[in-house]
Amino acid sequence: MYATRYVKPENLDAAISALQEADEGKILAGGMTLIPTLKQRLAVPDCLIDISALGLSGIRQQDDRLIIGAMSCHADVEHSDLVVSELPVLARLAGGIGDRQVRNRGTIGGSLANNDPAACYPAAVLALAASIQTSIRLIEADDFFTGMFETALAEDEIITEIHFPKVAKAAYVKFGNPASRYAMVGVCVAQHGDGSVRVAITGAGQDGVFRHAGLEDALQNNLESSAVDKVDIDDSGLMSDIHASADYRAHLITEITKRAVCAL
Amino acid sequence: MAQVTLHVNGQTTVHDIADNMLLVDYIRETLGLTGTHIGCDTSQCGACVVHVNGVSVKSCTMLAAQADGAEITTIEGISTGDELHLMQQAFHDQHGLQCGYCTPGMVMSAIELVEKNSDLSEEEIREGLEGNICRCTGYHNIVKAVQSAATKMTS
Repeated sequence: MYATRYVKPENLDAAISALQEADEGKILAGGMTLIPTLKQRLAVPDCLIDISALGLSGIRQQDDRLIIGAMSCHADVEHSDLVVSELPVLARLAGGIGDRQVRNRGTIGGSLANNDPAACYPAAVLALAASIQTSIRLIEADDFFTGMFETALAEDEIITEIHFPKVAKAAYVKFGNPASRYAMVGVCVAQHGDGSVRVAITGAGQDGVFRHAGLEDALQNNLESSAVDKVDIDDSGLMSDIHASADYRAHLITEITKRAVCAL
Repeated sequence: MAQVTLHVNGQTTVHDIADNMLLVDYIRETLGLTGTHIGCDTSQCGACVVHVNGVSVKSCTMLAAQADGAEITTIEGISTGDELHLMQQAFHDQHGLQCGYCTPGMVMSAIELVEKNSDLSEEEIREGLEGNICRCTGYHNIVKAVQSAATKMTS
């Protein structure tokens, strides 16, 4: 790891100032992606800004929304009584990320800000139509994910909370890489209170997580796994790598979506 | 350079360290506690697992500076004098190790696993140890050791 500077501000304003003052500052949340990246010398920040002292963890209910602090770790979400009772899909998703040690440190805010194309949380945030509260604004999920490892966040913007609406029913199923547990294809299907159905797919798209209009239309009319078979999954725009070809990922999208519908 | 204060195995340590020093390097190089191993150094193998404020963490994927003020327990801190921790004893009794390289991390992960849920099925133990890789045993005796220790730790 290259030499760098580490600071641990005690409030949000100080963290933003530290980001603005650094030439290339990086926010350090749980560090489960950033620290391995630094060790491989794939990132060379001149300053690491640890945001663990800003009071950004914690899970609460407000009106009909579940609000999860950005620094809540995956194990917190997995074991939260509130999440288990109000949005069980999210607790199960969190419990399937990485391994126990990753879940003890990795955070929801870090996962979203990183927007790894194979991460689990982006699929849930998109399918559940969550919104991302930052230090300056509230961003709808549909506007947040802008490409592989790209988000709508400005350089000096910090995620503080994620707001999840309660939904009628939702399920997330992933076909995980057996070694890394990252999704080779992960599908979140959610039926919202107004009857609309959203389907978000992670692990497959060259531009990261995406919604699938064809699957949403089919499931809107008939929320049964048989409806998925009638949808053609175009493999252009899907990733091809050592783990799976685009063609295979297209096949997995059909299969995993059916499993997710069956799990609703 | 920054000064960090850690409470490691019940003893308070204060050192000036480089900002980019990993917790595992602090434990091994600065404190000389070499029971915590570095296996893969890429966050996969779990040989470096220690407890930070009671939860298991891969110490190769955390900066020492992040642990400032924390209570750290390493493999050296779990026995009482010459008396092994029940989990260590169970690994010995059940032949839960061959080369032993992964064992400190396995034991630390297993202790946290059992402390949080004493009624573990074999599947839950295997899932709970997902973050620890062993190249020798095929895991069978490790699972037996954790099952055995779980019974004793809760009785």
